[in-house]
Amino acid sequence: MSTTQLSERLHGATRWRLPRRQLPVLVSLGLLLVMYGIGVSQYRAFSNIQVIFNVFIDNGFLLVVAVGMTFVILTGGIDLSVGSVVAMTAMVSAALLRDGLPPALVLLIALLIGPTLGFVMGCVIHFFEIQPFIVTLAGMFFARGLCTWISSSSIPITDGFWTSAAQERIRIGDNFVTVSVLITLVVVAVAAYTLAYTRLGRNVYAIGGNQQSALLMGLPVGRTRIAVYTISGLCSAIGGILLSFYTLSGAPLIAVGMELDAIAAVVIGGTLLIGGAGYVLGTVLGVLVLGVIQTLITFDGTLNSWWTKIVIGGLLFAFIVLQRLLGFRKKSFSTR
Amino acid sequence: MSDTRPVLTMTAISKFFPGVRALDGVDFRLFPGEVHALMGENGAGKSTLIKVLTGVYGHDTGAITLDGQPVSFSGPMEATEAGVSTVYQEVNLCPNLSVAENIFIGRQPRRLGAVRWRDMRRRASALLARLNLDLDVGELLGNQSLAVQQMVAIARAVDVQARVLILDEPTSSLDADEVKQLMRIMRQLRDEGIAIVFVTHFLDQVYEIADRITVLRNGRLVGEYPTAELPQLALVEKMIGKELDALERLDEQAGRDLAAVETGTPVVEATDLGKAGSVEPFSLTIHRGEVVGMAGLLGSGRTEAARLFFGADRADRGRLAVDGRPVSIRGPIAAIERNIAFCSENRRTEGLVGELSVRENIILALQAARGWLRPVPRRRQDELVQRYIEALSIRPADPEMPVRNLSGGNQQKVVLARWLITEPRLLILDEPTRGIDIGAKAEIQRLVVQLSDGGMAVLFISAELEEVLRLSHKVAVMRDRQLVTELANDDSLDADRIMRVIAGGAEQKDGTRHE
Repeated sequence: MSTTQLSERLHGATRWRLPRRQLPVLVSLGLLLVMYGIGVSQYRAFSNIQVIFNVFIDNGFLLVVAVGMTFVILTGGIDLSVGSVVAMTAMVSAALLRDGLPPALVLLIALLIGPTLGFVMGCVIHFFEIQPFIVTLAGMFFARGLCTWISSSSIPITDGFWTSAAQERIRIGDNFVTVSVLITLVVVAVAAYTLAYTRLGRNVYAIGGNQQSALLMGLPVGRTRIAVYTISGLCSAIGGILLSFYTLSGAPLIAVGMELDAIAAVVIGGTLLIGGAGYVLGTVLGVLVLGVIQTLITFDGTLNSWWTKIVIGGLLFAFIVLQRLLGFRKKSFSTR
Repeated sequence: MSDTRPVLTMTAISKFFPGVRALDGVDFRLFPGEVHALMGENGAGKSTLIKVLTGVYGHDTGAITLDGQPVSFSGPMEATEAGVSTVYQEVNLCPNLSVAENIFIGRQPRRLGAVRWRDMRRRASALLARLNLDLDVGELLGNQSLAVQQMVAIARAVDVQARVLILDEPTSSLDADEVKQLMRIMRQLRDEGIAIVFVTHFLDQVYEIADRITVLRNGRLVGEYPTAELPQLALVEKMIGKELDALERLDEQAGRDLAAVETGTPVVEATDLGKAGSVEPFSLTIHRGEVVGMAGLLGSGRTEAARLFFGADRADRGRLAVDGRPVSIRGPIAAIERNIAFCSENRRTEGLVGELSVRENIILALQAARGWLRPVPRRRQDELVQRYIEALSIRPADPEMPVRNLSGGNQQKVVLARWLITEPRLLILDEPTRGIDIGAKAEIQRLVVQLSDGGMAVLFISAELEEVLRLSHKVAVMRDRQLVTELANDDSLDADRIMRVIAGGAEQKDGTRHE
């Protein structure tokens, strides 16, 4: 082989070696497969397909919330209010159902509160140029406060529509999923499509890449930023409904800290915290990784459930360092 | 060209900022199919003119027409839609998106609301092929060289049916080959009939590509010239200007005698001091009571050299000695400890804290020198501040006034007062008189003379040669990031001689031009 050929081959090799944009997602996928592999090798029952389905059943609401969080983080923002909004949505649903409102109306109201709060927070963040961290922290306290204002104790849900949605089993062969899982998958599909194929979605990436540039390129930066917080609010509301299906109650202190789980899932799914790079599919993998870790610890039986947190903490560290090592950081275009 | 009508005219444009007249009755016209260089020193009003044109700023007087129709854009987006596109010095694209997407984002081809990726990539390839660029448009923009990014930005700009393309210092971060590539594209676009406004401070590039030149100085129009009729030396002269306003003329100083001050150990001595990519190694001594002028165009490395003295940048080669003892200045704090003071040229962004009062701003450096654990007593603060407000005639003479409410000249005096209070032995002044009114200018110049007579060593950086000549004992001339020569300020030195040095090989170049 001549040197030219060799260098050409080397050149070709470097061109193909790094699918950098997808690399973090591939790492997440690898991690998930390793976790699952460990489970299968340790416990015979782990290979049952229902284990996977259960991960979806137990974490559907988290996945929906994390999908909304993905939009926000892709713009370089953060939304700390999601856990409280989930709880508030569940609380409002439970309280209104207890008061005898028709389920359809309850659904509508519950699904409007979250996006409204998100819209308001987005407007505050954009028009007053306040850090998303602070604004959504305020939103978090506000929504959590509303929960306890509605009721300081748990409200059970006995409505027929809710109980049937909770208990309906959709059979797939010998196994089953719940209605919630189907809703979750629809949300994931719509979100993935939005990010990849709509101008809104592409503007989200552009803003995360360089907000100043996005502005100078004439993109609707303000509208898009407000939209992502509204979307996150809507996802939290859907997550809240799913959670109320799951627990058949509304409790003021449920889903405390869920915003952190959602952020963890998004980051472990390969989305950059500084924004601009990431996929909904990655977030799905991130939630699955968290779910499989929980399942592993449940299967073990001797480990304290807090081990989930310890492992998640370790993984988060690893992923943030990985992002840094891969050289994902804001490229500065500074002159000189 | 005389038979075509200008595609764009700007007539009698004025723009005022609080305390500053940024543009004063400036005319500008642009013909289709020409490259028109917009020249001027920093603060001459180039950027303001462009921002007025593209609607970033409004204008206070004057009119703009595009194709004979009066226009007034509300912002860059509207200007772009009307065919006036700008490519900024810093690439304003998204590094995390592909080349194709950067060209088309915001106006992607769609069907039923869905972005048609394949169509977009095909059109991007075609567009870049038109500019003779062979790129994988699916690659991330961030993986491309700066030059390619710059060209992608141009591709984005011209795809919107641009008729006027503004290139704001596009070449300042490119290497020679990349500049060539960019020039080729500029020529091609010009031949397609696009009018290009080219803002740069590289004279060679202007003479290589520009058809006409408009020169601004201090917010005023100096003139519009065909490139072929304006030798490089004349251009530099017009950019720098020769203001000999009676108001700012100082009494001719008898004491500007180099031999008298160059005695004893220099206060600072730089030997082969340099920093890769910033300023080439240079040697310079500054003695007690000596004013060393530093002349050169914008971007010639003047500020960069001064920053090495102050430790704001760290030299990666050479030595620096203070009072004959070698020192390593690791940062501004070390410099302040050695009584070196630095008045930055960007007083708004680097020097002053706008929200703090005059008093607080003045005390800042003294406090830093003492360390934060030993606060300056309030009474002493008031005493010192009052003294300097009087000495420098800072107006309004109110120590508690927030600094941002002061005019440019008075802000500059506050910066000066801050450093004078620390009683520096070397005072570095980077363009201390730029953008301030003539009265304040004269006061600051007088002060520099006084200080040096009192024994202070001063490094005085200015683009205004008259001012440098008036104040300095010797003049160090910078060109292309090199200290090219050091001239004693004796009777034989005049602005023309310095200008010739600044312009460099200008004379020969004019001889070989065949136009």
